[in-house]
Amino acid sequence: MSDPMISLDGVTKRFASGSNAVEDLSLDVPKGETVVLVGPSGCGKTTTMKLINRLVEPTTGTITVNGVDILRQDPVELRRSIGYVIQSIGLMPHRTVEQNIGMVPRLMGWPGSKIADRVRELSEMFELDATLLKRYPSELSGGQRQRVGVARALAADPPVMLMDEPFGAVDPIVRERLQDQFLALKAELAKTIVFVTHDIDEAIKMADRIAILNTGARVEQYAPPLEILRDPANDFVRDFVGAERGLKRLALSIVGDIDVEKGPVVSRTASVAEAEAEMDRSGFDWVSVVTDGELAGWVDRDALKGVSTVGDAKARPFSAYVTAEDSLRQALDSIVTSRTNVAVVVSEGQRYRGILTLEGLSKGLSS
Amino acid sequence: MNDLFRWDYVFDHLDEIQASTLEHLKLTLLAVGVGLLISFPLALLAHRVRWTYGPITWVTGVMFTIPSLALFAFLVPFTGLTVLTAEIGLVSYTLLILIRNIVSALDAVPADVRESAVGMGLSPGQVMWRVQVPLALPVILGGVRIATVTTIGLVTVTAVIGQGGVGTYILSGLRSLVPTFTILGAALAIILAVTMDRLLVLVEKLVTPWARSRSARTA
Repeated sequence: MSDPMISLDGVTKRFASGSNAVEDLSLDVPKGETVVLVGPSGCGKTTTMKLINRLVEPTTGTITVNGVDILRQDPVELRRSIGYVIQSIGLMPHRTVEQNIGMVPRLMGWPGSKIADRVRELSEMFELDATLLKRYPSELSGGQRQRVGVARALAADPPVMLMDEPFGAVDPIVRERLQDQFLALKAELAKTIVFVTHDIDEAIKMADRIAILNTGARVEQYAPPLEILRDPANDFVRDFVGAERGLKRLALSIVGDIDVEKGPVVSRTASVAEAEAEMDRSGFDWVSVVTDGELAGWVDRDALKGVSTVGDAKARPFSAYVTAEDSLRQALDSIVTSRTNVAVVVSEGQRYRGILTLEGLSKGLSS
Repeated sequence: MNDLFRWDYVFDHLDEIQASTLEHLKLTLLAVGVGLLISFPLALLAHRVRWTYGPITWVTGVMFTIPSLALFAFLVPFTGLTVLTAEIGLVSYTLLILIRNIVSALDAVPADVRESAVGMGLSPGQVMWRVQVPLALPVILGGVRIATVTTIGLVTVTAVIGQGGVGTYILSGLRSLVPTFTILGAALAIILAVTMDRLLVLVEKLVTPWARSRSARTA
């Protein structure tokens, strides 16, 4: 991490109440990455986030954003350069959606036409209908409000975003949609994001890097999601990540990440004897049939009775395929639900790539 | 002069009645206006520096309890039979109502709205004038309404120190025992109070369109 966007160095913050404290925290957030702070409630993750835009001032320690010590910066200027989204969103009830989104640009003195263009751009990006722009926040649904909140934080195109449980106030289905939408946007926007959640699944999904925090914002592990799932640093992390660690890893990896087996496969011009030899070689009692690389289906020994070439037998279609972009979790689902206990891997439509078995999957994960 | 209410008197003196009603209104608006100018900074102080709220409401509360007639009697030796004397009394009665309303209105602004405003980079002044005050406005205007209606009633008393207003008729009625005067004065005060009350409700709706849309939604 040669060039961190945000750097906390020996930061301590104590409150009179004693909870939500941060004790001697050092953490670097690399430029352009999404770092998720996750931990039990009261662990100080929100405090840590608020230290970055000076909503909370550190007792001791140094925080730099883009190389500049934030305590030497005007807090108002600093905050305008950092997008901020909180769980309850905090939209201005007395301002329309349009005015809410344009709030920071207006503070920064953008000309009206530029603000209007930006609001239009963001409302398209977040699929907010033009008729919504003139409404007040009280007239929106929860999901719409959440999107307005994120759009508002992005309005002045800040290089850094702080997001405190930004999708926390909506139901699970809407949340998942918002997460997917944000992940897609994030890839285009190249922002440095600090994201706070108590939900490890959300952390795994959104993060480039996860910081698992214990009481006092003590960093138990700071690593990419896969590494945390594969090698939890200690019992705290293991407990926090939870029982389905393996499944969560499967959700994060894609088929393209691991090697596929060749599987039993013959061309439709092959003879029955060649097909039977292929079954014997591979240890399956069926074989995939391909025509010029395209998967036609599969045949078993019964189907080959009384025909001379494989092409004469009636090939049955596979019930499901996976592609290189599918997650290993989908591949696993395909394996356990298929009659043949394998997942057939195809690419570019129907081009045969090979098969995945349970053994192949677990071998791929452990490598 | 045995009739309870003589309309011919009213029709013969329309100009005079109009003049005293306007005078009444002027005294009222001046009192509420000055009251707001004094209350607002005090309410801000009480909102920001919490411990000052007790002393501020204690002092204005004591002022509120002084009988108006006694206050005028006390002030006349110093300030004479002047508008100043009338307004000192009238203004001091608006303070408690206005300060309490403004403070509770500012307190009622949702914490998350304030936090997101600060977090987005509004300066303390912008948070106050662009967020807190606009959101507090419905409640503040409610306080202004109460203060206005209360003051309209109190202005009838300032006739005692010769400052005009519709109280003059009530005073005449008291001296001459002609009921027309008393009824006219009381009726004018009531009409004025009800009109101002309705007018301020209208203003409140006009300046807070977002609150209207919310109630329309929940209705």
